[in-house]
Amino acid sequence: MAAKNLPPTYDKIAKHEVFPELTHDERARYNFLANLNKHLAHVSQGNSTAFEKRVQPKFEKEKGRTFQTKDELGDAMAEDPHYQTWSALRRLTMEMRQQAGRSMTYRQAVALRDKVNKLNEGKNTLILNDEVKVPPYLLAVDNHLMPGSYHTELFEGDVCNAANYDGGLFVTTAGLLGRYSDGGGQAIAQWMKNNHPSFNPKRILDIGCGIGHNTLPIAKLYPDAEVIAIDTGRPMLRYGHARAQALGFNNVKFMQVEASNLPFENESFDWIQTTMFLHETGGKSIYNIMREIFRCLRPNGITMHIEQPQYTDDMSMYEQWIRDWDAYNNSEPYWSKMHDIDPKQLMEDCGFDGKEFMQIGAKAINDLDDGTKKSDEPEDHGRSPIWNVFGAWKR
Amino acid sequence: MENLIDYIGIASNKPKGARPYFFDDPAVERVLNITMAIGMELAVTRERLDSLERILEAKGILTKEEINNYVPDSKKTEQERQQWHSEYISRILRIVQQEMEQLKNPDKSLHEIADDIDKM
Repeated sequence: MAAKNLPPTYDKIAKHEVFPELTHDERARYNFLANLNKHLAHVSQGNSTAFEKRVQPKFEKEKGRTFQTKDELGDAMAEDPHYQTWSALRRLTMEMRQQAGRSMTYRQAVALRDKVNKLNEGKNTLILNDEVKVPPYLLAVDNHLMPGSYHTELFEGDVCNAANYDGGLFVTTAGLLGRYSDGGGQAIAQWMKNNHPSFNPKRILDIGCGIGHNTLPIAKLYPDAEVIAIDTGRPMLRYGHARAQALGFNNVKFMQVEASNLPFENESFDWIQTTMFLHETGGKSIYNIMREIFRCLRPNGITMHIEQPQYTDDMSMYEQWIRDWDAYNNSEPYWSKMHDIDPKQLMEDCGFDGKEFMQIGAKAINDLDDGTKKSDEPEDHGRSPIWNVFGAWKR
Repeated sequence: MENLIDYIGIASNKPKGARPYFFDDPAVERVLNITMAIGMELAVTRERLDSLERILEAKGILTKEEINNYVPDSKKTEQERQQWHSEYISRILRIVQQEMEQLKNPDKSLHEIADDIDKM
């Protein structure tokens, strides 16, 4: 049992002026972890076999009926030795990825801060605001097990978690998001270009931009547009702005802004985008954010949201349950709760016309794909670069 | 200031939320975590050695700088190195694969087989 499609070696990642320096052994550690991630996608296939061959039959024999709830199913699976082994390995792989990224970035913490400051100094395209608070849903958890999450600064100007995030996506996804880890942004930009060639947005907002990796492909497509990227994590904004500058993007403004309280005028944007953001919000906030999006969109403007695939009625209880693994064990708890929301209903509740609702599938555009035919490999739930995109035009 | 940052301690910080344990006995999970970390460091050492050998072969001289900066110089080398990782991981996780094979095609115990053979 071995991964068929070998991941690219870490040196293929795109570097830029503020990218951390990696030693030989730090790259090798990432090579190991990318390969381990790929291997575990194969190990995960044993879970469905265990479910079908021993967990389900045992439960049915004991209770004289099948599972009625996901919790019941989960309790039974938790006792299965294969599930225990796979889960323990997958959890430790994520922890080892964070540990490797933190040791690599924090050993050069001051140098990273200085490189970022040098590019940010005197620029009016980075707007930090001390009064903007990190929302409670981000303070409650360290999403995907990154200690300190997006906002923590261990000293003034610390950007280590942002640099860790920049360098780490390539490892977790085994390079499937491309050299700049921007496969999501590339996909939505290409969709817009192909499907709405005459759409010419003058002002674009990217909410929860992080390091702006998915903002830049949109900014590239519309070089004359004013692009505003917002987040509450200061390290992400500082690093993201410096990264954009290093990559030659001068039309992107990075602002410290909270998504449910946008300091922008009514009907002032043509396109409002979120990419892998909504599932890291909260049950009430997601509605507040969507209402703000509706308010700030111009008539004939569009909003699109790249997210994990929604659960569908034809998805088995087991499938729904295993897709929740990351929510609880890779610390993305709202991921699970958000699956209970119907995105169309969410948008209608916040002012959009249900007739304008759309939902499309998107696959990452990967500049590392050399066109060679790939072997079929099992899907690793939550890691595959295949997304559900939903949104609407505001008419 | 660089020295004031305890990057070794910081690197291993725990994220928010109680850590889930999957095995019935947390001691098993603890040992597995330590073992896999050692497994990774062996992979790192192996890759370093590989770099060393390739540089020595290519140039006949050796500097630390060269090892530090070495990255695969061809698609072939890249594939050889990733192939090694893939094989290595498969080797150290052998028992997981064997348990999956047993799960898919349940096999008799050796006691049962001994009894069978006794009748053959």
